[in-house]
Amino acid sequence: MTYQPSPLRLQREAARRRVSRQSTIVALISTLAIASVLAIVVTGAPGFKLVRQSFFSWHYAVSAFPHVLSGLWLNLRVMVIAEIFVLILGLLIALARTSHSPILYPIRLMATIYTDVFRGLPLLLVLFLVGLGVPGLQISWITNSAVVLGTTSLVLTYSAYVAEVIRAGIEAVNPAQRMAGRALGLTQSQTQSYVVLPQALRKVAPPLLNDLVSLQKDSGLISVLGAIDAIRSAGIETAQSFNFTPYVVAGALFVALTIPLTRFTDWLTRKQDRARVQQGQW
Amino acid sequence: MSTPMLEVKNLRKSYGSDLVLHDISVALAEHEVKVLIGASGSGKSTLLRAINLLEGIDDGQILLDGHDITAVKVNPDEIRAQIGSVFQSFNLFPHLNVLQNITLAPRKVHGVSKDEAEANAMQMLGRFGLADKAKQYPDLLSGGQQQRVAILRAVITKPKVLLLDEVTSALDPILIAEVLALISELKGEGMTMMIATHEMGFAKRVADQVLFLAHGQIVESGSAHEILESPKTPELQNFLSALREAGRL
Repeated sequence: MTYQPSPLRLQREAARRRVSRQSTIVALISTLAIASVLAIVVTGAPGFKLVRQSFFSWHYAVSAFPHVLSGLWLNLRVMVIAEIFVLILGLLIALARTSHSPILYPIRLMATIYTDVFRGLPLLLVLFLVGLGVPGLQISWITNSAVVLGTTSLVLTYSAYVAEVIRAGIEAVNPAQRMAGRALGLTQSQTQSYVVLPQALRKVAPPLLNDLVSLQKDSGLISVLGAIDAIRSAGIETAQSFNFTPYVVAGALFVALTIPLTRFTDWLTRKQDRARVQQGQW
Repeated sequence: MSTPMLEVKNLRKSYGSDLVLHDISVALAEHEVKVLIGASGSGKSTLLRAINLLEGIDDGQILLDGHDITAVKVNPDEIRAQIGSVFQSFNLFPHLNVLQNITLAPRKVHGVSKDEAEANAMQMLGRFGLADKAKQYPDLLSGGQQQRVAILRAVITKPKVLLLDEVTSALDPILIAEVLALISELKGEGMTMMIATHEMGFAKRVADQVLFLAHGQIVESGSAHEILESPKTPELQNFLSALREAGRL
């Protein structure tokens, strides 16, 4: 016999539909109300016209766009190269900090000092110290390219953050896993690379990607050293026109550049959450 | 008499002022199965962990196939590669599928090629009715299946001794039965085993000898029948009556 939903079920489902319809209507009204309040406050402000002219001028946006875009190409290269080095250096520092071998003690100590210092130092200060201080030493074989030194500063700062994220992941792996690896006869380093690290990196993938998003946006800071990136190009345009729209264009492009990675991070986090719920580990 | 496969001599182990193993001596002949029983905290797990060198010892000696494995110059990785261990909590590697879990040690520790290791593993899985699980990840298996995979992972490298530490304690009765069937089969194949368990019926079935541990000492030993039917010491009598009251005997 085919299944006939009971009147009880139909009643329950109708009630649920009613509630969900009501929620949609409430969300819609509340969004509209807040949007109109914002619009009235902003457009009604005494300086609104002036602000719109100097920050959101279509004319200047169109004329600055090609210059800012070509500057962005530099940011793109800087962020990709910095990300690669940050992941490698961060991983090495995390491994050094979690090792127990006595021969690595000095390296462990150095890694600890390194992460303490570079997580505390403002990035701007590192940029000045490396970008202006290093060329000041006048060592002939060291470059004084703003791009290279700026990228180096980014790598120095972000490796410290990424190292701590990876270290947290390594320490979050159940110690029984390490024991099981050793019990099979795997050496310390085999256990680390085949058993612990793969699990650690999976655990910390979302916060790791979050740091990379932040790195992408901060690649714009190398402009303080004079590298002609998107921000610097916008600055040059602004200096000629006294209109700030080019900066807004650069900002919009940065947002567009980071969105794929942020969406990917969200997707990965959701996927991991779902897997945990399925395994009943929530 | 030939050299025992495993011999523990006057083993002593303490955590700070807490003496957990007190002058333990056991010998395990090749193909012999000894079962350790006793309350939690009696030292069963510590003894097994000391034997595969996951736990340092204070005094005494452990000999594997006649070689002193507690000597200072011994490389513990090489010893552990010759001893199989299975734990209460399975400890399968969650990021590797069943086949990868089983072939990791043969490939990385024993230098077997990937193809050969996988062929061996598939044959083994097939024999124990787990062939269809080869590509699955541990999280999707039942507890009994996970523990059987963990046991196969430990025996695929043909260890000289297999140590089983309360391998059924985290399982419900139906799953316990399938794990115990696998262990019985290993006994039939001549595997030398030291088993810590709370399953007295199982002890009766597989044990060549049962050792009763209490506060870090072997208080009584004998055949399963002797130990379970005619306990001599008050400690063992208390332990057995507690089991009986809990309906575990």
